[in-house]
Amino acid sequence: MAGTLAEKVWEAHLVRRGTGGEPDLLYIDLHLVHEVTSPQAFEGLRLAGRPVRRPDLTIATEDHNTPTLDIDRPIADETSRTQIDTLRANAREFGVRLHSLGDADQGIVHQVGPQLGLTMPGLTVVCGDSHTSTHGAFGGLAFGIGTSEVEHVLATQTLPLQPFKTMAITVNGALPPGTTSKDIILAVIAKIGTGGGQGYVLEYRGEAIRKLSMEARMTICNMSIEAGARAGMIAPDETTFEYLKGRPHAPEGADWDAAVEYWKTLRSDDDAEFDAEVVLEAADLEPFVTWGTNPGQGLPISASVPVPADIADESERVAAERSLEYMGLEPGTPLRDVKVDTVFIGSCTNGRIEDLRSVAKVVKGRRKADDVRVLVVPASARVRLQAEAEGLDVIFKDFGAEWRNAGCSMCLGMNPDQLAPGERSASTSNRNFEGRQGKGGRTHLVSPLVAAATAIRGTLSSVADLGLADEVDLTTFDGSPLDGVGAPPITETVVDLPMPVPAGAR
Amino acid sequence: MEKFTTHTGVGVPLRRSNVDTDQIIPAVYLKRVTRTGFEDALFAAWRGDPSFVLNQEAYSAGSVLVAGPDFGTGSSREHAVWALKDYGFRVVLSSRFADIFRGNSGKQGLLAGVVAQEDIEILWKVLETRPGTEVTVDLEARTATADDVTVPFQIDDYTRWRLMEGLDDIGLTLKHADDIAAFEEARASWRPKTLPAKHWPTETVEPARAV
Repeated sequence: MAGTLAEKVWEAHLVRRGTGGEPDLLYIDLHLVHEVTSPQAFEGLRLAGRPVRRPDLTIATEDHNTPTLDIDRPIADETSRTQIDTLRANAREFGVRLHSLGDADQGIVHQVGPQLGLTMPGLTVVCGDSHTSTHGAFGGLAFGIGTSEVEHVLATQTLPLQPFKTMAITVNGALPPGTTSKDIILAVIAKIGTGGGQGYVLEYRGEAIRKLSMEARMTICNMSIEAGARAGMIAPDETTFEYLKGRPHAPEGADWDAAVEYWKTLRSDDDAEFDAEVVLEAADLEPFVTWGTNPGQGLPISASVPVPADIADESERVAAERSLEYMGLEPGTPLRDVKVDTVFIGSCTNGRIEDLRSVAKVVKGRRKADDVRVLVVPASARVRLQAEAEGLDVIFKDFGAEWRNAGCSMCLGMNPDQLAPGERSASTSNRNFEGRQGKGGRTHLVSPLVAAATAIRGTLSSVADLGLADEVDLTTFDGSPLDGVGAPPITETVVDLPMPVPAGAR
Repeated sequence: MEKFTTHTGVGVPLRRSNVDTDQIIPAVYLKRVTRTGFEDALFAAWRGDPSFVLNQEAYSAGSVLVAGPDFGTGSSREHAVWALKDYGFRVVLSSRFADIFRGNSGKQGLLAGVVAQEDIEILWKVLETRPGTEVTVDLEARTATADDVTVPFQIDDYTRWRLMEGLDDIGLTLKHADDIAAFEEARASWRPKTLPAKHWPTETVEPARAV
C-alpha cells in the first residue's frame, strides 16, 4: 500500500498495534533531555524504583535555564542553579550522558542532536520540548512531549500514541533574494493559522524545500508546532546524507551503506494520500514579520499593521485588538516604521552557523543603530567555536553586538536575558506570545536577514532597505561561509569519551 | 492517579482564544524541580489585573474552566497542567486544544473536554449572568451541565477509560515488556546510540562577559 513518509516511519517503530481505540505503542530511538522538563520525571522513576531503560538512547544537555555570560562562575539565581544541579545529579544517578555548561557540546538540545550526528533519517525522536519538531528535517518523526511522557520514555523507551493525520505542504519554485526558510514557515503559519496543523504531521516538499540546506530545513520543521502541528518532516536526500557523513555518531562502513540504502526509501510514495494539502509559491514570498502575539499574526514586511475594524471575523477582530494593545502598535502603521529596542539573534530556530554567517555578511563593516541592543547567542558551544574559527565573533563585536555563550537565552527569557516591560524586539526565535521574552516585552519574529537589517536601521527592515539594492546581489546574504574568512568545517578525529557510570545497581 | 467520574464545581468563563502555555504559566516559574506548588503561577501575568476573571470573588474558587478556542498552544510544559490542577481546576472545556496540552492533561487527571464553540458561548452566558454557577461534568455521559443547560463534550475513548479507572500509563505499557524487548532485538545496527559517547576533540569554550 502506498504510504506517506510519516506513515512509513510510524510503521517501522510499531512495538504493538492498539486495538479497540487503544493507542499504538511506538519505540523511541532517541530521547533528548534538558533541565526544565525532566526533574519531575526522574523523581517519578525514583519513587517507583524504576531505572532508565536505555541510557544509551538518551542524552541530556543544559540549555533553557543557563546563563549566557560568566558560565565559569556559579549560576547567580538560586532556583536556576538548583535546577541545573538537579539535572547533573539525575544524570549521574541514572547513567545518562550529559553535556554541561562549559562543555563544547553543550547547547540547545535541538542543535546538539544534529551536530553530534545522533539525529538521522527514519528515527523517532522525542524531548520534553515542543520544538523537537526540528529533528524532522532529517526525515524522522520528532515531537515534543510533556513531563509524564518523559518519565514514560525513560522507563519504557516507548510511547502510547494515537496515529496522526498527515498534511502535505508543497512549496514550489525558488525563494526570491533576501528571503529565507524562516519566511516560508512564517508564511505557512499565517496561512493555516496557529491551530491549522492540529492533529497533523506536516510534510514539507517541493522544489523550494529541496534546495534548502539542513540548517534551513531545521528552521522550517522547528516552527511546525507554531501551526499547532505535532511534527514536521522533510524527506531525506543527498543534502541530508552530506550533512551527516563524518559526524561523531553517524554510522560508519557497512552500517553507513545499509543506512543510506534504507534512508533512500524514506519518501512519500507518488500515490500516497494526505489528509490535507497546502501549496505555496516561493516566488510570491517576501520577508515576513509578525505584528501580534501569536506566530500566525504575521505579514510581509512591506505591509502595514492591520486595522482591526477591517477584520470581518469577530473573534479574530477581538484577538487582533487585544494583540495590538499589548504590542503598543497603531493600526495602519507601516511595519517598516516600527522601531525596536533589542535585536535577538539565536534560538533553536535560527541560532545555527548558517544563520550567524548570513547575519555576519549583512553587518560586516557596519555599526548597529545607536540605541539598539544586539544579542547574538549561538545555539551551541560548538556553533560558537566554529563561528569564532571563521572570525564571525569579531564581525559581531565590531558591529556593536554582544557575543554570548550558547543556550535558549532570550527566546523564552528564563535566564537573565529578558526584555524589560514595554521593550520591543526583533527576534529570530519562534514565539511572540505575551511576556515570552520577559514580562511586558513585545516580540516581532523575523528571519536572521531581517534581524541584521533591523539592527542597522533601528526599525523593522529587510536587507533590500539597506540602500544597496543596485550594487549588491542579495543572494550573497545566504548562509554559506564568508569569503576570505571561512574556516574549514570541523573534521578532526572523533574521540570516544568514557561512559558515565550509573550510581550503583538500581 | 485519582479516578474521575463526575465533578461539580464553580465554572469560570475565560473569554480568550489562543491561551498559550506561556500565559498559563510563564517560563520564570519553570525553574522549580517539584511537581506541585504552582498555584501562584497560574495565569501569573493576568492575576495582577483586578478585572481578570479569577480575581472576582464569585469565580475565585472555580474548578471548571470554560475557555476560548486553541487552549494550551505553544510550549510543551506540563507545568501548565500542574498549575491548573494546583489552583483547583479539575476540568477545562474548549472548542479546540493543542495536542500536547491535551495529552499532558490526560496523564495528570485533568479532564480536557472538547465542546462546540456555540455551546461554549452558551456556557459563558450562563456563567456570566449568574457568577458562581456550578457546572457538573459527567465523564460517563460526556456532558457538562450548568443550571438548565446541558452540553455534550468529546474526549477520546481511551483517555476517558484511563481517567475513569485512574490508570498509570507506565504500568500499562510495562505489561508489554516482552514486546518491547523483542522489538529491541530486531533493531538495525545503524540506529544511533548515545553511549559510548563520541564527539570531536574537546575545546575550551571562553566564557562571555558583560560589555
